[in-house]
Amino acid sequence: MEAFTVLEGLVATLSRDDVDTDQIIPKQFLKSTGRAGYGKACFFDWRYDAEGHDRPDFELNCPEYRGAEILLAGRNFGCGSSREHAVWALAQMGFRVVVAPSFADIFRTNALQNGLLPVALADPVCADLQLRARRRDGYRLIVDLQAQVVRDREGRKAPFQLDPFWRECLLSGLDPLGMALREEAAISAFEQARSPLLPTTRHRWE
Amino acid sequence: MEAQRTAYHKIWDAHRVAGDPLQRMLMYVDLHLVHEVTSPQAFAGLRAAGRRVRRPDLTLAVMDHLVPTWERTRETPDPVGREQLRQLSENCAAAGIPLLDLYHRRQGIVHVVGPELGLTQPGMTVVCGDSHTSTHGAFGALAFGIGTTEVEQVLASQCIWQAPAPTLEVRVDGQLGQGVTAKDLALGIIREIGVAGGQGSIVEYSGTTVRQLTMEGRMTVCNMTIEAGARAGLISPDQTTVAYLEGRPAVPKGHEFAAAAERWLSFASDPGANFDRQVRIDASQLSPFVTWGTNPSMSVPVGARVPELAELRSEAAREAARRALAYMGLEEGTAIEDIHIDRVFIGSCTNGRLEDLRAAAAIAAGRRVSPGVRAMVVPGSGAVKRAAEEEGLDRIFRDAGFEWLEAGCSMCLGMNPDILSPGERCASTSNRNFEGRQGAGGRTHLVSPAMAAAAAVFGHFADVRRLEPAELGVAAKEG
Repeated sequence: MEAFTVLEGLVATLSRDDVDTDQIIPKQFLKSTGRAGYGKACFFDWRYDAEGHDRPDFELNCPEYRGAEILLAGRNFGCGSSREHAVWALAQMGFRVVVAPSFADIFRTNALQNGLLPVALADPVCADLQLRARRRDGYRLIVDLQAQVVRDREGRKAPFQLDPFWRECLLSGLDPLGMALREEAAISAFEQARSPLLPTTRHRWE
Repeated sequence: MEAQRTAYHKIWDAHRVAGDPLQRMLMYVDLHLVHEVTSPQAFAGLRAAGRRVRRPDLTLAVMDHLVPTWERTRETPDPVGREQLRQLSENCAAAGIPLLDLYHRRQGIVHVVGPELGLTQPGMTVVCGDSHTSTHGAFGALAFGIGTTEVEQVLASQCIWQAPAPTLEVRVDGQLGQGVTAKDLALGIIREIGVAGGQGSIVEYSGTTVRQLTMEGRMTVCNMTIEAGARAGLISPDQTTVAYLEGRPAVPKGHEFAAAAERWLSFASDPGANFDRQVRIDASQLSPFVTWGTNPSMSVPVGARVPELAELRSEAAREAARRALAYMGLEEGTAIEDIHIDRVFIGSCTNGRLEDLRAAAAIAAGRRVSPGVRAMVVPGSGAVKRAAEEEGLDRIFRDAGFEWLEAGCSMCLGMNPDILSPGERCASTSNRNFEGRQGAGGRTHLVSPAMAAAAAVFGHFADVRRLEPAELGVAAKEG
């Protein structure tokens, strides 16, 4: 996992609630068997018209947001499908952080697994940042995971919470699977003690 | 110590492998379900790291998401999809994971097949790279969807890191009215608590109404839990659960069955167990619901109208509704029964089981699909399809002008050839009415199976309570 400590980046806004992962990456792009190549497809139906041109009415197409690394989103961001492709797409579109009042559960875990930092800030704080970033004059935020705080150059400062497990993983680039496999003895002991009544999938299914 | 525990806490405590159960622990996974769309990158990751699948015997793979619903003798049309199916076959063969492929008679939607085989049992932990894994909670299992990186982690370690979650009891009492189904209960709950109402929580459904639901109805309710944002939804096991499981292929037989049943029931929440939050729903106040917008909380009773923007409480809600109505091509204040449809989809892990098909067939029997409407019935599994055919449901649907197709996820997410064209309007028994979910530009209205059949017959939404459902046994025999 790629380590994350501190990032200063341009902020782009997507000011709507309940953005679902079907919008972030529509189904036709889920047939790929790789982890790359999703950036161009991110927000496909909102981003492009029928001819494949950028739609001027879609916020993230604003030229002033080009190169943004921080996405400022609405409540319940990433709801719906568990497709991790949504996180790959956002990361490959260039985002390293998503700031929102709240995140859907599976999306948040998927984001953390990929080093895309989900930062939850209170509604009024997000609303204030939205106002600021929507002026489209190059507004930037500094996201400091070590100090667990989001700041700007104008003196705004908002602390955020992150599960210590994930904070540790992100700061040091630790891999949760590697950490799980280090518990081999405990896993084996658990398996020894499992009830023999539990089912297995080894059957001749008829 | 705390004497009364919830089902969730009992399962939690019974699955700790390592770590701190109050902070984050390594949890053992009893059943890992795998499908073609969210697994290829996970298997590739294992190969790249030189790791093996730890417990293929606790893993089951199914082809469901992008399989065509036409005859199995015809090829899967797109080469990219075919490659995904091919990789699943290859990955399963290499790892020794049992696979129900396209041609297996037990093939079907992963969340229909698992319970059908008896693989989902009370007290278990079940994960799958699919958000509707919450379905399995109907058995009193802790079941939730995971991403592809976690699929890789579970394949390699049979474990997953989890933090404890707050609990939310959704207590439903009262009698569901005639024509009001488990689907309407699910939509009613989401309407009440919102699409983020369960966020981060484990929901337990309780109350007299829930106790009276069949296992199929319970699966419908738990399936939709994810649409309220919850991590998982479950129902404490009882005799209904035990009776459903008895005799299924993966369930112990003879004296072992009694021992298993006793073990299962021990996972039920203790009377008086505490939940962090509680919501109460009066089932007698619910109606058949129809969604009008682009998330599952945007619904109204069939007899009502699309809301007026002015009725909505916040500017955010008005803005969301404005956007949704523009996408859906609807005017505020339109009567739901005046909304005409082009397509009907009956199926999915929400409503693709035998009971769902019976309810739809009872409305379809002796009637005809309205001219200009294309109506599809996609059984949730090969087993559901065969059982329905034994009862003559296929004939009822076909005689009424419905298409009777092969099992799969189909138009619930439109990864196979079954998709809406831009602007097409669909009455769907599936779970998500998101923009473009069933095809770019397509407009989805979520309803129960009976309501979908009624919409097919009238060409517009209609209150199923005004229709006389056929006595299926009779209809099937006469047909």
